[in-house]
Amino acid sequence: MAADTNVPPGVAKAREALKDVPHEPGAKKKDPILVADKVVRRFGGLTAVQVDHIEIQRGAITALIGPNGAGKTTFFNLLTGFDKPNEGNWTFNNDPLAGVPPYKVARKGMVRTFQLTKALSRLSVIDNMRLGATGQKGESFWQGLIPALWKSQEEEITKRADELLVRFKLDAKRGDFAGSLSGGQRKLLEMARALMVQPDMVMLDEPMAGVNPALTQSLLGHVKSLREDGMTVLFVEHDMDMVRDISDWVIVMGQGQVIAEGTPDTVMADPRVIDAYLGAHHDGTAHDSAEVAAEVEGGKSDE
Amino acid sequence: MNFEVIAGVSLESLINAQMIAYALAAIGLNVHFGYTGLLNFGQSAFLGVAAYGLAMTVATFGLPFWLGLIVGLLSAVVLALLLGVPTLRLRADYLAIVTIAAAEIVRLLFRYFSEYTGGSDGLQAFSDDFYAMNPYGSALEIGNLISFSARELWIMTVGWVLIAISVTIVLFAMRSPWGRVIKAIREDEDAVRSLGKNVVSYKMQALVLGGVLGSLGGYVIALGNAAVQPDTFGTEFTFYAYAIVILGGAARVFGPVAGSMIFWFLLAFVNATLPEAIRAGYIPTWLMTETQAGAVQYILVGLGLMLLLIFRPQGLFGDKKEVMLDGR
Ligand SMILES: Nc1ncnc2c1ncn2[C@@H]1O[C@H](COP(=O)(O)OP(=O)(O)OP(=O)(O)O)[C@@H](O)[C@H]1O
Ligand SMILES: [Mg+2]
Repeated sequence: MAADTNVPPGVAKAREALKDVPHEPGAKKKDPILVADKVVRRFGGLTAVQVDHIEIQRGAITALIGPNGAGKTTFFNLLTGFDKPNEGNWTFNNDPLAGVPPYKVARKGMVRTFQLTKALSRLSVIDNMRLGATGQKGESFWQGLIPALWKSQEEEITKRADELLVRFKLDAKRGDFAGSLSGGQRKLLEMARALMVQPDMVMLDEPMAGVNPALTQSLLGHVKSLREDGMTVLFVEHDMDMVRDISDWVIVMGQGQVIAEGTPDTVMADPRVIDAYLGAHHDGTAHDSAEVAAEVEGGKSDE
Repeated sequence: MNFEVIAGVSLESLINAQMIAYALAAIGLNVHFGYTGLLNFGQSAFLGVAAYGLAMTVATFGLPFWLGLIVGLLSAVVLALLLGVPTLRLRADYLAIVTIAAAEIVRLLFRYFSEYTGGSDGLQAFSDDFYAMNPYGSALEIGNLISFSARELWIMTVGWVLIAISVTIVLFAMRSPWGRVIKAIREDEDAVRSLGKNVVSYKMQALVLGGVLGSLGGYVIALGNAAVQPDTFGTEFTFYAYAIVILGGAARVFGPVAGSMIFWFLLAFVNATLPEAIRAGYIPTWLMTETQAGAVQYILVGLGLMLLLIFRPQGLFGDKKEVMLDGR
């Protein structure tokens, strides 16, 4: 670990909070912002999600990883109200959230992005951003008809939006239709738009997929700064370097269940995790990229 | 050929009551379809309930004219709620099916309750109070070209004021943050939900707004004809309104007005030109007789709309760039 002398306060706080947390599935956290119990979602015969217990530490960056089809996106959908579980309960800031519609979940301060990006194509980039702001007076029909009632608030919102656009390198696209953005730019826009809500917790579903490496670095910096602002971040990601770089805690899902938890280093050395990713026949030694490539080759030739 | 007649009827149809009624229907439909992305195929029902609300209040129950106007507007609001509550949570196509069925039910109810609605003959004698307010003393004649009676002038004046009010409301609403949410819902409901907006409530507001604006067209039809009949409010009414919205360009504030003007101008022009051309021998009778000309005008207008959609999918006033984004 880096020398503790120049660790930013947010990181230090997160480390301190997670210091004594046991490295096991469903571990209790010191100050959880989100607690879920027995959340089950079945699609016909397939149990996509079966999470017994999970806690997300407030103010920390938690990564949710797992192989394709592990149930990460489905779990996000359940937590944010976009999908209904067959059973289960969860609380956010001690508010029970089961059965709460998505828009109310967002208003309570838990905002998510989508794996399949949802840019609002025929709205300009800046309007996409402005839409994210909550508590807008002009969003009621009658008040909206009288610009004097919302002009000043609109200016504040626009200012905040412009700052974020600069941060996400989208300021040059400000007036363009969001539909004209590239795939990576849409990811960026969606993340920036979610931040316009000023949530307590953001849930990012593969935020960096398709974003170029140079920009990834600056975005990682941005995500880290969210932690310094006291925001909680839960994100799904397949890029292990990124997970290692920014997360304080890692939760691993496999076949709908939480199979491991811990700090990035311990989790990635965990044989169960490697098995989940590479198949049960793996011998559990530390893996390198050549080995993974060999596995993939082998899988392909089976077909 | 009598060019004066052709020019006269064509020009009249640019500004007459029929064009106004369809423009209002299309302004409302544009709120539904163009801005919110709601596939409402029952716009005619909104005009119908407003027209009958007015006519029945006055002619059937003998109550005052102004009360009839209120009843008509309330009926449009109630219809929007009845349509919206069960369907707005479902996928967009369900609204289309429900609204097309609901509009037919509404029309058939006008026939069914003949004791109150006059059945298929409809109702008359409810517009006296309206024409008693007519400030115009005489008809308007411009050469041999255009002539409007004093009654026509009065309904046209009121109609254009209603258009001006409706367009202003849409203009302001769609420039506001409210309109931003509405347009965002058209693009992707779930994204809007994820940002904390109550999508169902906004869709309901849009359904009511578009229904109420459209229902103003029902008043124009009822008062312009001084009569209401159930079959005025059939499904083809809604289809014309759609043609007008698309012709003008969806999600353009003035699109429906311009669309309605062009639609009725072209129909009137073709309708007046074809028989004249046949009589004058420009079109041989083996190709088309005068009686066939009536059908041909709709064929031509249909062809024109197809060409428009192929070569100008954004409509006459839309933004091509915007429409092309859909392809991604
Ligand atoms: N609507 C659905 N109907 C049926 N099965 C579904 C549905 N949504 C997800 N599933 C199934 O649930 C399982 C979990 O899917 P999910 O999208 O949550 O995976 P994931 O962990 O997000 O994967 P990835 O990393 O590839 O995004 C998969 O087997 C998938 O096929
Ligand atoms: Mg996923």
